[in-house]
Amino acid sequence: MVLPATQSVAADPTRSSGSTDAAAPLLEIRSVTKRFGATPVLSSISLDVAEGEFLTILGASGSGKTTLLRLVAGFEEPDAGEIRMAGQRLDGLPPYRRRVNTVFQHYALFPHLSVFENVAYGLRVQNVRRTEIPQRVTAALAMVKMSEYASRAPAQLSGGQQQRVALARALVNRPQLVLLDEPLSALDAGLRREMQVELKSLQREVGIAFLFVTHDQDEAMALSDRIALLRWGHLEQVATPREIYQRPATAYTAQFIGQTNLLRAEIRQGMARAGTLAWRCASSDGRATFSLRPESIHLGAPVGEKVAALGDDTTRFTARIRRQVFGGATDLVELACADGLTLLARIPSRGNLEGAWEFEFSGADGVRVQDEE
Amino acid sequence: MTEGLRTDRLNDSRSRWLPGYAVLVFAFLYLPIVVLIVYSFNGQSVGGFPPRGLTTHWYRVLASDDAMWDSVVNSLEVALAAVALALAFGLPAALALDRVSFPGKQIFRRLVLLPLILPGIITGLSLLMLFVAAGMKLSLLTITLGHGTALISVATTELFAGLQALDRAQEEASLDLGANYWQTFWRVTLPNLRLSIVGAALLIFTLSIDEIAVSFFLIGRSNTLPLEIWSRLRRGMTPEINAVSTLIFGFSLVTILVWYRLRVRGRAPAEEIA
Amino acid sequence: MYSRTYKAAVAIPPLAWVTGFLLVPYALLFAYSFWQVEAQQVVHHWNLGNYRELFHNPMYLEVLFRSMKIAGAVTALALLLGYPLAYYLSFCSRKKELLYQLVIVPLWVSYLVRAYAWKTILGSDGVLNTLLQYVHVVHHPVESLLYSPFAVVLTLTHIYTPFAFLPIYASLEHIPRRLVEASEDLGATPARTFARVILPLSLPGVLAGATFAFVLSLGDFLAPLLLGGPSGIMISNVVVSLFGAAYNWPLGAAISLSMLVLVVVLLSIVQRAERKLSFG
Repeated sequence: MVLPATQSVAADPTRSSGSTDAAAPLLEIRSVTKRFGATPVLSSISLDVAEGEFLTILGASGSGKTTLLRLVAGFEEPDAGEIRMAGQRLDGLPPYRRRVNTVFQHYALFPHLSVFENVAYGLRVQNVRRTEIPQRVTAALAMVKMSEYASRAPAQLSGGQQQRVALARALVNRPQLVLLDEPLSALDAGLRREMQVELKSLQREVGIAFLFVTHDQDEAMALSDRIALLRWGHLEQVATPREIYQRPATAYTAQFIGQTNLLRAEIRQGMARAGTLAWRCASSDGRATFSLRPESIHLGAPVGEKVAALGDDTTRFTARIRRQVFGGATDLVELACADGLTLLARIPSRGNLEGAWEFEFSGADGVRVQDEE
Repeated sequence: MTEGLRTDRLNDSRSRWLPGYAVLVFAFLYLPIVVLIVYSFNGQSVGGFPPRGLTTHWYRVLASDDAMWDSVVNSLEVALAAVALALAFGLPAALALDRVSFPGKQIFRRLVLLPLILPGIITGLSLLMLFVAAGMKLSLLTITLGHGTALISVATTELFAGLQALDRAQEEASLDLGANYWQTFWRVTLPNLRLSIVGAALLIFTLSIDEIAVSFFLIGRSNTLPLEIWSRLRRGMTPEINAVSTLIFGFSLVTILVWYRLRVRGRAPAEEIA
Repeated sequence: MYSRTYKAAVAIPPLAWVTGFLLVPYALLFAYSFWQVEAQQVVHHWNLGNYRELFHNPMYLEVLFRSMKIAGAVTALALLLGYPLAYYLSFCSRKKELLYQLVIVPLWVSYLVRAYAWKTILGSDGVLNTLLQYVHVVHHPVESLLYSPFAVVLTLTHIYTPFAFLPIYASLEHIPRRLVEASEDLGATPARTFARVILPLSLPGVLAGATFAFVLSLGDFLAPLLLGGPSGIMISNVVVSLFGAAYNWPLGAAISLSMLVLVVVLLSIVQRAERKLSFG
């Protein structure tokens, strides 16, 4: 395979000299605040992106994720705080002085330029040597498998193809950081999954840090080294996908990423109680909220049947099956406990369940989270 | 394609008098134009019915009418200069309205657009006062300045609409890729606006060619075409006017067709290349 | 995202132009309207005399009311012709692009020439009269056609109908066709769909079209001069004569400024109404 032009970036002395210290993060966002008029959009956000990292800013619409990206790109300026790249101050610089390139949400390909000229654009305006341009553009197009479309107009490309061109157009400039603003949102589900895989492997290949914005938690989980969950302009949690799923810090995170049961419990003498449920818990006494994933609840026997002895940590309870949603390998089951508590459980598919059953979960699977109450 | 289906259904169910009414309205709009063309070939100097005697006499009279042709040249000069002026100031005005916030912007917007709706007589008179106060002699220059002032509003609205339709992300992408504002303007903004610019230029050109209310007050020694026509109309019936109008009408039709072609091509660049 | 220099570069030239060629002239118009003429000379003696004259001399008020009546009639007729035409093009025609151009084309024929063509048509030896005699509907030319408010209204209607048509057509084109389908789906007849969905949503366009027709015909002075005769004189003709033969610029300025204020007030009312009608 032809090595893409961007790979040579690693050997580019001008670039490596930019980062003063190997351990220092590539991008540092420090206490950045942004308001639009009186509306606060971002409140004192601090976030680092490491060299070569794929970091996703995940959030619902209105969370401020796109604004954060635009601050890094230079389309907006922060009201307070600072942004550094490789140790140097980034905020205050116009977009064209930042070694950051963006893949826009709807690609923003120039309709009046061919695919080739779109990709060449950044090189031309930055006065890269004329002789060097065709070679770099060709390599970039090859990297995204769009070589044969070089002479097409953007309007003649499918969404997925436009997406690739947008990516090539950003990468050809050898940026230190690529910003991606919901780049896959306009694609349909199948193509989207395909592009996710490609995007991830491309990022690995070129080794450039990606700052990726999405509202799609599955996408974030599939792609990211780390996820920064943003909510109403605050960072809720920054962690690896695994950690953020298994150890959500807040009730919001637990609910936003995957499904969960939030149990509002009272802890006394090492036991947590929520309604009729009780499980062992090392925390100190008081009220607390726990997140219990549906897949942590296991199906026992129908009520009345004998069961094997319980493990130390297992909590067992009885519930009626209220609803059952077939989901292929697993079913999502809505349980009504005796005291009116409703729980979701994900269990292996095994035909329709009726009536009351025994369920069990391990107290260790209940993750204590911060709740706003 | 749903559009077509919709149309068919509406044709069936909606009232039947509407097409007939539309024909009548068109007849009303075209009646004077037909009369104009027919009577430019009329053998009599007054417009009686039926027209008598087909003749090209009036065109021959026109051909040797130097004053008329001088005024045509004057009008062309004024119109070209007005287009240049209106675009040169209308484009920045549209950009400012689209993307700069400054105190008094609303007042600025209203002022710029006012001549669009204001009767020409007010624009003409107030400029007359300005030129008199400034001690300027009335000439084609004052007419040009008048047209420029009145038509900046047209350039501004046309180009502002073009800017609104322009995807802002285009310019952001350009800046993001390392182009500064100037480069972005030349390489992205302007090419994307070219249809609006051509459209505005054509519109301004034709409006200027036909303008009379403003010119009426700013006229010096040399007439523009409408003022020349005006001075003759006041003297009485001159079928020569019919002839020159028919010629201008024909010229306008050609311009429309060219513009139409341009627009169709501009709208579908993809098919054009394929 | 735009730099200070960029903003200055785009804002300053048009601001300068607007100041020099619109603000200053309007200010002059304002100033003149408070001056007066003495012995064929404009003297800078500030007073309200011109306005007093304007509002006390019945001649001016009469002409002003006549102008408004004519402009009102033109507006009503232009809407009556323009709306059904726009509706037909937007909703019923399969060749709307072509027909749209056909509405525009008459605008490319000189205003003067079209007014003149109406003169040719309406004159006592004109096309209409001779046609009527030719087919023996009348035996003597109908004299009252030309040189009357009727001729002015007819000509101005002809000239400003496309101006009324354009915004109405634009607003009709902007109505999402799904809304019409939804209305029919919910059981509304075409007539009810028109009355309850299409018409309300096209009102901003109607308003804009009406404003164009009213304001432009109110300020017109060429059609009245050509076809109006003494009974068709409009307010701008008075201004023209004050700036010409009658040589009373201050009084002319007072009338012009009153018109300017009238137009600006009308525009802001219309704008407010449009905002209300355009549903966010």
